[in-house]
Amino acid sequence: MRHERRIQVGPVGFRIGSDWAAPLAALDRLYAGYPEPAIADFTVRLEAPRPWRRWLRPKVHIGGDYMLPDAAPLSLAHGLLAAEMGMNLQMALGQRRYLLLHASGVEKGGRALLMTGLSGAGKSTLAALLGECGWRLLGDEFALVDCDSGALHPFPRAVSLKNAAVDLFDDVDPGRLGPLLADTPKGTIRHLRPNDDAIARMEETAMPALLLFPRFGHAAEIREVGQGEAFVRLTQASTNYVALEERGFEALARLIRTVPVRAVDYPDTESAVEAVERLCEDLA
Amino acid sequence: MTAAIYIADPPDTRRLIALDGVALIFHRLSGQTHIVAPPAPEILDALGEGEADAETLLARLRRDHEIADEEGLSEALDARLAELEAAGLVRRA
Repeated sequence: MRHERRIQVGPVGFRIGSDWAAPLAALDRLYAGYPEPAIADFTVRLEAPRPWRRWLRPKVHIGGDYMLPDAAPLSLAHGLLAAEMGMNLQMALGQRRYLLLHASGVEKGGRALLMTGLSGAGKSTLAALLGECGWRLLGDEFALVDCDSGALHPFPRAVSLKNAAVDLFDDVDPGRLGPLLADTPKGTIRHLRPNDDAIARMEETAMPALLLFPRFGHAAEIREVGQGEAFVRLTQASTNYVALEERGFEALARLIRTVPVRAVDYPDTESAVEAVERLCEDLA
Repeated sequence: MTAAIYIADPPDTRRLIALDGVALIFHRLSGQTHIVAPPAPEILDALGEGEADAETLLARLRRDHEIADEEGLSEALDARLAELEAAGLVRRA
């Protein structure tokens, strides 16, 4: 590859190679302050589908150690998104060290809160908002559960703010925001670098204390969720549960048996942050 | 017609974890996870003593557990055995 960068996020080292300089320059700005791994666990490649595509209406194909053969290429203007998607893809398809849950996480006082749900449920936005008001952001996309200890390893990648969520972060330091990416396959996206505390403490694990299934756009309500239902929903939220076999089974069963589980419906993000804060105090 | 004889894999081929009201079973031979409700774990335990037809199995269950409702018990056991068979946790000799 003509250009290359290395980025350490929590316990995972990435090498990102690219046919173009621009996506990596954008990554440099977004990941300023992140350590550089000596050895990369995963490689992401941003490639031109055909050689002339590097110059003529350039398209970015996402490659790497693990690939989805039919993934559609993105325009070069969305090169940063391609790099982010490439890192997600390597984790989703290749991660075997930790039980990987499609969930966001925050921590306060050594107690971690996990949030999972369908796309659009608001788990990412909620975690990012909590990360700006006294909580430490562990990650907005993937939660890494240690199969031996049950602890969560932070994975504080840049937060992917989508559509309406973009406007909620107007008042953060502009240096932490990536470029506004319009008309992507997921709508308008802007990336947000987690705050300095989240980056400085990316090696500090936290024990899960509460699991939430948030749901945006419904009247405020909090319900208990049975352990069986929670277990099934988390197997669906995990990209590597089956691959980890009995290690994954034990790790997930332990999580379900040791933390309270609640479904939280909320009409707007403000009330969601309040509800989550109150719930954490009540269950502490 | 002779009664069907049921067999379950030995207890060390599965890991059972009880949750609230249900149990998780990891079946090591297939790598599959099953979520079962009572009396499925009790049936698997009873088959741990060795293969059995439904009548013998019922006798073992009566011996080890207090059974509150006798009505339709035999049909219920047949239905549970069929479910366990479909899940691959029980098979016929």
